[in-house]
Amino acid sequence: MTLSIRFFINAALLIILALVPFLTDWAGDSFYTGLVSRILILAIAALSLNLLIGYGGMVSFGHAAYIGVGAYVVGIGAFHAFEDGIDWMLNGYFQLFTTLAVSAVIALIIGAISLRTRGVYFIMITMAFSQMLYFTAVGVETYGADDGLTIYSRSDMMGLIDLNDEKSLYYLIFVSLLAVLYLMHRLVGSQFGNVIRGTKSNEARMRAIGYSPYKYRLTAFVIAGIIAGYAGFLMANLSDFVSPDMMHWTRSGDLIIMIVLGGIANLFGPLYGAVVFLMLGELLSSIPLTIGGLSVGEYWQLIFGPLLIFIVLYARNGIDSFLPGKGRRT
Amino acid sequence: MTAPDILVVDKLVKHYDGLLATDDLSLKVREGELHAIIGPNGAGKTTLIKQLTGEIASDSGSVLFGGKNIHRLSESERSHIGLARSFQITSLFKDFTVLENVILAVQAHKGHSFRFWKKVDQDRTLTDPALDILRRLKLEDRKDELVSALSHGEQRQLELAVALATEPKMLLLDEPMAGMSGEDSARLVGTLAELKTHYSILLIEHDMDAVFSLADRITVLVYGQAIATGTPDEIRENAEVRQAYLGEEA
Amino acid sequence: MNWLLLLEQVLNGFQLGLLLFLLAAGLTLVFGIMDMVNLAHGSLYMMGAYFCATFTNWTGSFLIAAILTLPAVFLVGVVVEIVALRNLYARDHLDQVLATFGLILFFNELTRLIWGPIGLSIPLPEFLSTTVEIIPGVPYPTFRLAIILVGFLVAALLYFIVSRTRLGMLVRAGASNRDMIGALGINIRLLFTLVFGLGAALAGLAGLMAGPILSVEIGMGESILILTLVVIVIGGIGSIKGAFIAAIIIGLIDTVGRSFLPEILKLFIAEDSAATAAPAISSMMIYLLMALVLAIKPQGLFPPKGVGR
Repeated sequence: MTLSIRFFINAALLIILALVPFLTDWAGDSFYTGLVSRILILAIAALSLNLLIGYGGMVSFGHAAYIGVGAYVVGIGAFHAFEDGIDWMLNGYFQLFTTLAVSAVIALIIGAISLRTRGVYFIMITMAFSQMLYFTAVGVETYGADDGLTIYSRSDMMGLIDLNDEKSLYYLIFVSLLAVLYLMHRLVGSQFGNVIRGTKSNEARMRAIGYSPYKYRLTAFVIAGIIAGYAGFLMANLSDFVSPDMMHWTRSGDLIIMIVLGGIANLFGPLYGAVVFLMLGELLSSIPLTIGGLSVGEYWQLIFGPLLIFIVLYARNGIDSFLPGKGRRT
Repeated sequence: MTAPDILVVDKLVKHYDGLLATDDLSLKVREGELHAIIGPNGAGKTTLIKQLTGEIASDSGSVLFGGKNIHRLSESERSHIGLARSFQITSLFKDFTVLENVILAVQAHKGHSFRFWKKVDQDRTLTDPALDILRRLKLEDRKDELVSALSHGEQRQLELAVALATEPKMLLLDEPMAGMSGEDSARLVGTLAELKTHYSILLIEHDMDAVFSLADRITVLVYGQAIATGTPDEIRENAEVRQAYLGEEA
Repeated sequence: MNWLLLLEQVLNGFQLGLLLFLLAAGLTLVFGIMDMVNLAHGSLYMMGAYFCATFTNWTGSFLIAAILTLPAVFLVGVVVEIVALRNLYARDHLDQVLATFGLILFFNELTRLIWGPIGLSIPLPEFLSTTVEIIPGVPYPTFRLAIILVGFLVAALLYFIVSRTRLGMLVRAGASNRDMIGALGINIRLLFTLVFGLGAALAGLAGLMAGPILSVEIGMGESILILTLVVIVIGGIGSIKGAFIAAIIIGLIDTVGRSFLPEILKLFIAEDSAATAAPAISSMMIYLLMALVLAIKPQGLFPPKGVGR
């Protein structure tokens, strides 16, 4: 096995990420630990979506819904523990198990119906389902409706790890990211991944050689939903807050942007995409330039929107096209 | 003594928007024979293949394969009882390598694919049979190329390799020589001659030299109807065929 | 049950349905003919509302403003098509989703830059801000009635264009067989640009009519875009007839559902939980309907022939 330049770039990125809490300590600005935590959580969600879009050709436009589901499990648990004194609902393992189970069931239902459709219909129906969940969250007054829920205490992991400690939380997120990366690596190279990729490439031939792709695609859909739900669990603990806005269809759009920015069907792509997407937002919005009394930073999406179109039109492989060495072929 | 029939098509019908693509078609293919179907463009040859594989549903009629009515079987189920097809327009996994294409087909017939962990390319139960097939079709030294890097002739060979990898009893070949150069076709005729000793084959082909040299029997299809079936010599002599079909070209 | 209220809500349902139809008509043609996902259609609707608000302010007349708005939005549509969308027709849906998502961001931010973050309102002229007695003793706002009339007129006009004219013939041919119009030697680029511009003008019309009722604000395009997408997916992508029927159904369900669901729910569950659950359930109803339709007919109610094979 030869080690490519790409391998070293990826390794360097992971090493830097591993050191982030110490770097920010050293720089004396812990704001960035929070920002990077957020990036990594979204990278986990984007990685799971990449299994569907990048490897499976299933353009799901409602993936943020699972992040919301995971986050609401933590939020609702904390709410009842705080308001009604039901302490066991704060138990992190209970919350985690519930998150995974609920996201699995929801993904199973949504996937079972959506995967009967193709193309634009699939995009729209997955979006419709996520909007249903969004409006459910908006409609439930008990849990804050529009305004969302503030989480007064984070998941209680029974002394195994203290999520209130920013560093511990960061490393939980980081290790989770590594685990999901490795899981994706194995999954994509396995027989299961072979079927998922083959179906994206040529569904008619897959049937002709004896596959019924539906059940494999549904399984991929559920796996992706569970992982995104887990990302929501982490997100709620990081931001101490959960609101319907996390599930809005534009958040699902953000996840797709990350995947495309990073270069589709590329193992590390979603990670790069998440880094670039959020950093770009931070960067563009802090441009210290003023034209005719208007701050450019304040209107950064005026630049970002056309930039997105430009990337789609002329740099189809995202930042992947700018990195040296070849990643996994696309 | 003649071999038993492996495929019996009885009174098959298919309408397309008022057009009869398959019109009360009956046909028998014997075990181990290479049965060719010829006919002018639009005679309904590809439609017949699609009906046999289950890609499109027939309006009426029946298809027996190995004595069993396969009417209710899905496309993938028909693949599992030993029916394999190749496509007239090359239908491969373009972003896969040559070896991966064949592995995918081998894998389809090694039980379910809910195996999430083991690397496919390190699984010798998959790679060994795939390499065997590539060797048979003389594509072994191209195994790590992407499909897009192959010549048209090589892609047609691979098209056949993918069908063979499903361990079929019978091959339905839809114009395997379409678009091939003379040299490539000659090579493929050699391959088919070798294959017909192992499989029953239903061959659709426009290359008459190939058909008449390879086929045990030939059926002539015109407007969805079989107007004649017989040995190559019988077909050559058949007045109706000469008039309806060969006459146009002779 | 209050029958007069029901009548009023049914009229409101038609009014929403017809607005949705104006949006859906253009969008479904773009989907059907060019196989193009355009998320930025809602932005054209928003442009219609903002233009109309500005022109009303300048001219002092809503009607003149409305007449000015239509060609203005048509132009915006044509420019967007030529600059960005034209290059996307041949791309896959993922690319289209992303690029038009970029357009939404651009339009929202541009609107904030030009008109500011605070919404605008469109004042109606005297004669439109009165009420009419539809049946004796039941007053109904004139403007809403006007929307219904205009909606039906445009629907009839569209039906005429699509089913009786040469342009319509090309459009229908395009929706069912894209290669064919190319074979006919038609200037497809021009046809696409025209159809897109027409769709934009219809979206602008919907926007300028919705402006006085709802509020003219940033993001107004997105919420209605999702409803519109639901409409065209239920109707069958590329089908004007499907879009019309689905739009009316969605309009009725959404409006009538919102006002009567609390009453209906009270029959089954406790009053206060009915009051909290009703808004959520009525927002979800149309999505449930869409999921149901697609589960049974994955191509929508009226799939145009030949599309999606």
